[in-house]
Amino acid sequence: MQASDRFNINSQLEHLQAKYVGTGHADLNRFEWAVNIQRDSYASYIGHYPMLAYFAVAENESIGREHYNFMQKMLLPCGLPPEREDD
Amino acid sequence: MYLYSLTLQQATGIVSAINGNFSGGKVQEIVVARGKVLDLLRPDDNGKIQTLLSVEIFGAIRSLAQFRLTGSQKDFIVVGSDSGRIVILEYNKEKNVFDKLHQETFGKSGCRRIVPGQYLAIDPKGRAVMIGACEKQKLVYVLNRDTAARLTISSPLEAHKSHTITYSICGVDCGFDNPIFAAIELDYSEADQDSTGQAAAEAQKHLTFYELDLGLNHVSRKWSEQVDNGANMLVTVPGGGDGPSGVLVCAENFVIYKNQGHPDVRAVIPRRADLPAERGVLVVSAATHKQKSMFFFLLQTEYGDIFKVTLEHENDRVSELKIKYFDTIPVTASMCVLKSGFLFAASEFGNHSLYQFQAIGDDPDVEASSATLMETEEGFQPVFFQPRGLKNLLRIDQVESLMPIMDMKVINLFEEETPQIFALCGRGPRSSLRILRPGLAISEMAVSQLPGVPSAVWTVKKNVNDEFDAYIVVSFANATLVLSIGETVEEVSDSGFLDTTPSLAVSLIGDDSLMQVHPSGIRHIREDGRINEWRTPGKRTIVKVGSNRLQVVIALSGGELIYFEVDMTGQLMEVEKHEMSGDVACLEIAPVPEGRQRSRFLAVGSYDNTIRILSLDPDDCMQILSVQSVSSSPESLLFLEVQASTGGEDGADHPASLFLNAGLQNGVLFRTVVDMVTGQLSDSRSRFLGLTAPKLFSVIVRSRRAMLCLSSRPWLGYIYQGHFLLTPLSYETLEFAASFSSDQCAEGVVAVAGDALRVFTIERLGETFNETAIPLRYTPRKFVLQPKRKLLVIIESDQGAFTANEREAAKKECFEAAGMGDRANGKIEHMENGGGDDEDKEDPLSDEQFGYPKAESEKWVSCIRVLDPRASKTTCLLELQDNEAAFSICTVNFHDKEYGTLLAVGTAKSLQFWPKRSFSAGYIHIYRFVEDGKSLELLHKTQVEGVPLALCQFQGRLLAGIGPVLRLYDLGKRRLLRKCENKLFPNTIMSIHTYRDRIYVGDIKESFHYCKYRRDENQLYIFADDVYPRWLTASHHVDFDTMAGADKFGNVYFVRLPQDVSDEIEEDPTGGKIKWEQGKLNGAPNKVEEIVQFHVGDVVTSLQKASLIPGGGECIFYGTVMGSLGALLPFTSRDDVDFFSHLEMHLRQEHPPLCGRDHMAFRSAYFPVKDVIDGDLCEQFPTLPLDMQRKIADELDRTPAEILKKLEEVRNKII
Repeated sequence: MQASDRFNINSQLEHLQAKYVGTGHADLNRFEWAVNIQRDSYASYIGHYPMLAYFAVAENESIGREHYNFMQKMLLPCGLPPEREDD
Repeated sequence: MYLYSLTLQQATGIVSAINGNFSGGKVQEIVVARGKVLDLLRPDDNGKIQTLLSVEIFGAIRSLAQFRLTGSQKDFIVVGSDSGRIVILEYNKEKNVFDKLHQETFGKSGCRRIVPGQYLAIDPKGRAVMIGACEKQKLVYVLNRDTAARLTISSPLEAHKSHTITYSICGVDCGFDNPIFAAIELDYSEADQDSTGQAAAEAQKHLTFYELDLGLNHVSRKWSEQVDNGANMLVTVPGGGDGPSGVLVCAENFVIYKNQGHPDVRAVIPRRADLPAERGVLVVSAATHKQKSMFFFLLQTEYGDIFKVTLEHENDRVSELKIKYFDTIPVTASMCVLKSGFLFAASEFGNHSLYQFQAIGDDPDVEASSATLMETEEGFQPVFFQPRGLKNLLRIDQVESLMPIMDMKVINLFEEETPQIFALCGRGPRSSLRILRPGLAISEMAVSQLPGVPSAVWTVKKNVNDEFDAYIVVSFANATLVLSIGETVEEVSDSGFLDTTPSLAVSLIGDDSLMQVHPSGIRHIREDGRINEWRTPGKRTIVKVGSNRLQVVIALSGGELIYFEVDMTGQLMEVEKHEMSGDVACLEIAPVPEGRQRSRFLAVGSYDNTIRILSLDPDDCMQILSVQSVSSSPESLLFLEVQASTGGEDGADHPASLFLNAGLQNGVLFRTVVDMVTGQLSDSRSRFLGLTAPKLFSVIVRSRRAMLCLSSRPWLGYIYQGHFLLTPLSYETLEFAASFSSDQCAEGVVAVAGDALRVFTIERLGETFNETAIPLRYTPRKFVLQPKRKLLVIIESDQGAFTANEREAAKKECFEAAGMGDRANGKIEHMENGGGDDEDKEDPLSDEQFGYPKAESEKWVSCIRVLDPRASKTTCLLELQDNEAAFSICTVNFHDKEYGTLLAVGTAKSLQFWPKRSFSAGYIHIYRFVEDGKSLELLHKTQVEGVPLALCQFQGRLLAGIGPVLRLYDLGKRRLLRKCENKLFPNTIMSIHTYRDRIYVGDIKESFHYCKYRRDENQLYIFADDVYPRWLTASHHVDFDTMAGADKFGNVYFVRLPQDVSDEIEEDPTGGKIKWEQGKLNGAPNKVEEIVQFHVGDVVTSLQKASLIPGGGECIFYGTVMGSLGALLPFTSRDDVDFFSHLEMHLRQEHPPLCGRDHMAFRSAYFPVKDVIDGDLCEQFPTLPLDMQRKIADELDRTPAEILKKLEEVRNKII
């Protein structure tokens, strides 16, 4: 890699994408975008204890169970991915 | 509008708790995180939990861990928060503060998916800490000591793995080998790509060991192995000679022992016999107990059952894992086993408790073991058990928790001086209605009737060195009664006191003699029984007395003052006389300062509305040093030193200042600072206390002098964590009081009221509210006031529970199975009467302790309750049938007035949230109040097409929010009749407020919509809405154009319709209808403006405008899920806004929050903070070091004392 490459927009973007999960790109599809949003949301619910408690009251589950459920949902937050259209 | 935000009651729920010796030494302490507050608790000798320190950190604490460097005696605290930083704290015993030892930044702030802070793990030998995020990132910091034995922290070492979700991490105990951390991980990268779903189905959780190579300063993945897919938590198993090392993996239904190079040892978690088959058993909290010879684990499941887990092992080979049923307590967020034999259970909802271990579960009980694990075709066979009463634990203390506050109202229902706060708290069987009153709780020790109506009471010691008081002396109109304090309190006649006259003062004088001042003289009783009498000259009588241990001043009628001192021989000698211009209203001498001969100041209050300070120094004896005029004549005076202390348990760090307190005839308490040298008075402040003139008494609270003010209600002025607090006591009106100290009661108060003598102590200092709880049956949702009868109507509903009848039947079965037929019969009758709410304590299966048995998730139980809060009695309880659950309630007067006030309740049948929100029907019930409003009678029930989440009366009709539809109903004979509707709301209507012809509708996701109803055209239409998507959780109508709301993310905000738009709409004959047709993008034509925005950091569930002090301005009160109460007070002057915003700015700079979150960023977490000043930050001013206080004060052109006064003033406007 040449020294100049390091500063072009593409490699900067790649760097960001590698460092920060969820950084988008030009070819991002609807599903990938939604998955990221969902995972971010679940992580936020887990991180904010009062919110976790709020859900726990609504669903009449223990906070620990609610935490676990949200973690589990991070695996496939939006269901199965759509089939890829091979170009 | 500018608001001052102040937390009145800090969050009472607990996120996480850890135990250790944080102050060093042997004392066991607990550090708890309450969301944004970090507390240090200590169980005292009596097993009562005391709060030593409480710090607001302006951030969200997500995890806590404690560690100890080898050879050290003290534990340090590691905090994982939303600050993107790791913070290590040390508790400083001398100053009573948390010292920040290290703060290392590693990422962005906020609770993000890949920024660590969610999990913390500690190497058991205290050599390293791992901090992890939900996904990908894990960082390891090496902890060490430098040459000066100070803690050092390395730069972070990465143990990241992308596309990987982390469920739990923990340290592995491997002695002094390289530190190892274990993590449960799940890789999702393939599942995201595979559209067939095969990869997702095959996704497997792994247990991974990360080794920190201390030599190479590098972290590597050492070992990774598949683990049960239900795994959710890891627990460290002791190693390095104390045990086999490795980890316990808690998974749904199982506990598995795992270690590198060791086969899995798996045992099934016993199941409750009544658990539906679809439900798993998940461990939610764990605690480890380790002694030299043995160790065991306590694991608590999501149903509250605690299991004791033991490992049979030989060296590092584990042969058997046993899980034995231990006890059942309410579900906890964290458990701490203290070395002193206590278990601290931080409940996730409701009160926290401290238990004492009675046994450690050695008796036989239901047990599952890895040795007897049975695998069949349907999987592993579970072991069943039936929960029973506590056998191994004994509850010895409770810490009250309001978490979660579901709804709240501030009403003066009891017609007391200040309104009460009614809060619906708790969940399921632990629900309650709590009545909060501002003030300290007291506990009454004794009440005894006296022969007459006493006028005054004193306590005296016999010797200055005595620990306890010897006599209680009670004065009547014409006699004096002396009671001696011993095992019992009884009347004595050999005390030397004159009992045929009333007394004016009784005290210890000199080292060991007693003094009684009566109208005609002073009686001095020496230790050996000799009595000296000093008689007043002529026919004059003594009217007022002021004294301390060495000085006495009396005021004779006519205004002459005579000053006495105790000389070297213990004699009382007349020193000086002074003629005042008129009669003296009150006298006061400060206590003799330590190491001095006399106190320098005498305060004299006169009926000409002045207070004079006179000198008592021999040089200028009886010279007037200063004069202060007051608004009304003083009734009582008291000198109180706000003590100088460099730290200590109260945390005060400002210089001593002597305050002169005066209770004035108009009910005001007047406080002013006395210059210690010149006696000049300055810096006065006053506060209205009650309808009668406050009488001031000195009492001892936490071994320091405090002030008791008796007006129409008693108040206590004391110093707590650096603040001077003046708080009402929740007790009846008292006449006269004195401090009281005896064997049974070290720091009490004896007081007279009516013809009774009362002894009481003051509990739990520092609390703003004291509470009375009335138990409820299910999770309370909302309540309304039946205004005429002053009754409360509460709706309660729970998902996934059995109805009372089903529970009853199940219990009966269970008792019969257990062969307890006799007891069961009595019990069942009881249940029929009262249901699950008022169980007596002896019940072997109280729901409060064990929780309701779980039912399938489509089952609902719900009830409507009419409660008389005065008698704490339920006058009517209707259980809804057929999985119907109540969600909204309102009282409504239909315009035909046939029935008077009716009650409307919105319900849903078989509501389910997962996998998709569904329900079979929604209803609106209309009830009539019968039997003086004490009971309800169903008029009719109308089926609607959605869940009616909001109901409100509007112009003699009923407005209902049914899903996205706002509909106006009128009352019919058999059902409600539709009159008008608007279907244009975006999601679900969750609140409706009305004012005149405006309707303010809150949408669950889209904030407020302002609507209007046109009667002539019978049309409902939206004329304004908000631009932000706010997920409303609470709303309140502030004024014609303004609404206050709170959203799910912890923000409070106000929106206002701009004045010109509002006027235009009111003036427009079509009511803005023309414009209404011109909205863009489906929005309304007008937009409201956000005028206030503030991030509370906690989900606000209720908002109300009210005033807690009589005659005070109104503020907005809010209650939150974590059980905290706060207030937003509007500023009335621009100067105050300037002052407080500058103070806030300086504090932000000079005193950044403890856990590393930037204050401004925290308060602007979702939207930039607007026009709200954070009072909680301002109130940290007194905890700053002195030079810092002075520096900030200089910049504000004030003195630190003035700033303190300002803070006190603004607080007094709220509470």
